[in-house]
Amino acid sequence: MKTTSEQQTQKSKILESLLLKNTGFYIDDALESGMVLNIGPQHPATHGVLRLLVQLDGETVIGCVPELGYLHRGYEKIAENSTYHEFITHTDRLDYLAPLSNNTAFTLAVEKLAGIECTPRAKYIRMLISEMARIASHMVAIGTMAMDVGALTVLLWAFREREKLQDIMDVLTGARFTTSYTRIGGVANDWTSQCSSMLKKFLEEFDHNLDEMEKLLNTNKIFIQRTENLGVISAEKAIDMGLTGPNLRASGVEYDVRRAIPYLDYDNIDFNIITYKEGDALARYFVRCDEMRESAKILKQCLDKIPQGPINTHDPKKVLPRKADVYTKMEDLINDFMIINFGINPPVGEIYSSVENPKGELGFYLVSDGSGHPWRCKIRSPSMVTIQSLPLLIQGHMVSDIVAVIGSIDPVMGEADK
Amino acid sequence: MTELTEKKLKEKFSDFITEVIYFRNEQTFIVNKSQILNILTFLRDDPELLFNFLIDLCGVDRAKRNDRFEVVYRLFSLKNKQSLRIKCRIDENDLNIDSVTGVFGTADWHERETYDMFGINFINHPDLRRLYMPEDYQYYPLRKDFPLLGIPGSIPLPKK
Repeated sequence: MKTTSEQQTQKSKILESLLLKNTGFYIDDALESGMVLNIGPQHPATHGVLRLLVQLDGETVIGCVPELGYLHRGYEKIAENSTYHEFITHTDRLDYLAPLSNNTAFTLAVEKLAGIECTPRAKYIRMLISEMARIASHMVAIGTMAMDVGALTVLLWAFREREKLQDIMDVLTGARFTTSYTRIGGVANDWTSQCSSMLKKFLEEFDHNLDEMEKLLNTNKIFIQRTENLGVISAEKAIDMGLTGPNLRASGVEYDVRRAIPYLDYDNIDFNIITYKEGDALARYFVRCDEMRESAKILKQCLDKIPQGPINTHDPKKVLPRKADVYTKMEDLINDFMIINFGINPPVGEIYSSVENPKGELGFYLVSDGSGHPWRCKIRSPSMVTIQSLPLLIQGHMVSDIVAVIGSIDPVMGEADK
Repeated sequence: MTELTEKKLKEKFSDFITEVIYFRNEQTFIVNKSQILNILTFLRDDPELLFNFLIDLCGVDRAKRNDRFEVVYRLFSLKNKQSLRIKCRIDENDLNIDSVTGVFGTADWHERETYDMFGINFINHPDLRRLYMPEDYQYYPLRKDFPLLGIPGSIPLPKK
């Protein structure tokens, strides 16, 4: 058991790191009323179980130390002890606002390691689900950010749109959140005409609905004043801090994994990379709004271009057979047994594969020793890197601005804590 | 582009590069840990290579008698759209390596995570604390000798 003195030293270690840090930030007319404020881990504005220790002078933030680990489930350790197929279900729980993109990211990594490629139809299905997940995730990002600065209506309107996408995911994957939809070498279920018609209906209304939502915020004086020039980060600093995704593009860096290291069939799709120069909270909001329009554009093209054909690659040693075949054919039963019990045994080697997730670049670094389990699976989670730059962003702002900045960088703790 | 990187690195640090590996179109250099700061600074500042983005930094436990641990750096060049992996092998008896926080600011938390999970000590790190596990935790969970189920009693339960 821990004694009281031990508990005190533990506390002081976090405090030390806050108080002894030379932030290089001084206020001329210091109020001499410095205090340390603890925000979180249970606080609705921290978007999960993020804990912040903030050093204040009056109401101005002088220093800040984020504390992670309240949602740490040890996914990298679990990955080392499960087969590649088993770990797909765990990727749902990383960025739980966009589970479908995580599924895609992990299967792409395993496919790169094993040296297999999915079929053209599966590629398009994966692009469809990734972009659907992007819109759904950005909807939450914008809705919660607006709520954090006091505009409640937007959240409800955003969730109304998101709900339509969740319905499509429900029809396609059989689950709304914990989808576990992709498989190594393909996907679990085929994209049906019902999904197509639901998505078409959604896309028809989407532009108008997004316009309506934007009207609530873009002409809202309070929203603009609360977010403009708040949490500014320059392009050089953003690169140095490793920001990716919308947060990096809001600072004017044109880095999008879909274009930089093309995967799936994004090469043949026409879309723009949205960049803004300002690098403040407002720019991050604008990037997300415009990205949703681009995603809608990609979805329309995918619906037009999606080819017919099988959804799973033919590679019996690595790709799970259809359930109907397992029950009726001897070879498929054997292969199914071997894949489930011993895994897919990719060759010895190591790869890093990344995709553009709604939150940024989600990468998997897989080391294989030739067995059915990964020897090492490192998850490069964008949210962890984003939260790292939080102290920089909120320094010198007011306490009430902290929630606006957290809302604008849009972290998800399931991913940050792994 | 990969040839140019290899040529330039070998010109400058020929004595410190142990191995160059190519696998699935990915380039990996295994380098001596004493030169890691110089190598990363060179790769970042060279006007042709410009590997200015540290995407990822992590540790690997290879469970070998010699050079048990690895620290893996993944760099990306925003200009050339090229990526690269640098690896340093670290012996269990000398778990020290220079921190690269001075070269890439993003390395800060990645190094804290590596310290947390493998117990690798990053010299000159500004704030080397555990990232995920409790401050007074005594074990390093991602080492291969740490059991999946954890060690009973290692995290005390709160008093009733």
